Amino acid sequence: MAAKSRIVWYLNQFFGQIGSEDKADIPPQKHEGGIGPAAGAKNLLKDKAEVVGTVICGDTYFGENVESAAKEVVELIASFNPDIVIAGPAFNAGRYGVACGAVAKAVSEELNIPVISGMYPENPGVDMYKNYAYMVETVNSAAGMRKALPQMINLTLKVLSGEPMGTPKEEGYMPRGLRKNVFVSERGSKRAVDMLIKKLKGEEFETEFPMPDFDRVDPNPAIKDMSNAKIAIVTSGGIVPKGNPDKIEASSASKYGKYDISGFDKLSEADHETAHGGYDPTYADAEPDRVIPVDVLRDMEKEGVIGELHRYFYTTVGNGTAVASSKAFAAEFSKELLADGVDAVILTST
Amino acid sequence: MVKEIERAGIPVVHMCTVVPISVTVGANRIVPTVAIPHPLGNPKLSLEDEKKLRRKLVEKALEALETEVSGQQVFE
Repeated sequence: MAAKSRIVWYLNQFFGQIGSEDKADIPPQKHEGGIGPAAGAKNLLKDKAEVVGTVICGDTYFGENVESAAKEVVELIASFNPDIVIAGPAFNAGRYGVACGAVAKAVSEELNIPVISGMYPENPGVDMYKNYAYMVETVNSAAGMRKALPQMINLTLKVLSGEPMGTPKEEGYMPRGLRKNVFVSERGSKRAVDMLIKKLKGEEFETEFPMPDFDRVDPNPAIKDMSNAKIAIVTSGGIVPKGNPDKIEASSASKYGKYDISGFDKLSEADHETAHGGYDPTYADAEPDRVIPVDVLRDMEKEGVIGELHRYFYTTVGNGTAVASSKAFAAEFSKELLADGVDAVILTST
Repeated sequence: MVKEIERAGIPVVHMCTVVPISVTVGANRIVPTVAIPHPLGNPKLSLEDEKKLRRKLVEKALEALETEVSGQQVFE
């Protein structure tokens, strides 16, 4: 019989049976064998695997020292020489979820072994770290332990078996945001039309690419007097001064740029270009006004159609850039636009 | 970005080619443009005609900004 696989379990102070909030500042520590949920896992693991050790850390300690705590925890985990790590489940405990996620990240990066966890979908740990663990979706309180535990153990055994991992839906984990190429019997056009027909018939269908949830903002009142309005340009099309001085990334941008166009009647390939890596840059590089209409707005300013073209434009690369990043960029520069008395914005996208 | 600018209290018009994305994202004033790599231009035209095209699109954008809307509206 093959040797049992070795599991190390990461727990917070509460599930590690050390104490509650008053013990939340304890630094990482390790124990031989399983504690807490590991007892319930024993029967489920049968003779295939065993929990050889437990690492416990207080949630506050972890939350206040995420990077160093993750490092300490990984060292303790490594001392047990495990094949796989289970973290949580954290339910909707934010600090615990982030801790489980950060442990998952550090374990997968430094020890290169898989991690299984479980959380409530809105736990910030899910969005922050879903790439690093197979996470079971749990309810938002520890009352869900009885349901979460068997799911987490099933996933653990699946990963240990070495069989190919199925889709999130088949295997019962939350989508990790990873794309996997697969061969299917029907081409995309046929699948899309089949889906459309089902939709038109009012039948149930399953999208191959679910859109994330987006919220809504009510429109602001219209501009009453355009001839006195100050208009600013914003773009996700990546137009930057030649040479991309702030090194805005071609995809998954981590920043935006703010550049002075007060000296330009039009942009040209001599002075501007695009940093965007998600479309053919030929046309934008040759005539950057094809992405941000500086020439036309300058004319309109001279003719008095608009009051003024704001001297700065704001730009980033909208190519695989996280919604959260874009939100943060715009929330920040919108304050400057307001402070500069900008009345309206023209935002162009490629 | 379009929503955060709107949220800050500044009216904003989104000029873009892939209108369904703009609608999904939640832009309120939307002006459809020419093509993804050249939203406000068309390299097949002469530079002069291209600028006229761009002027028309920007005029449409200003018109959108001058129009009261109650929700999402695409200005064709």
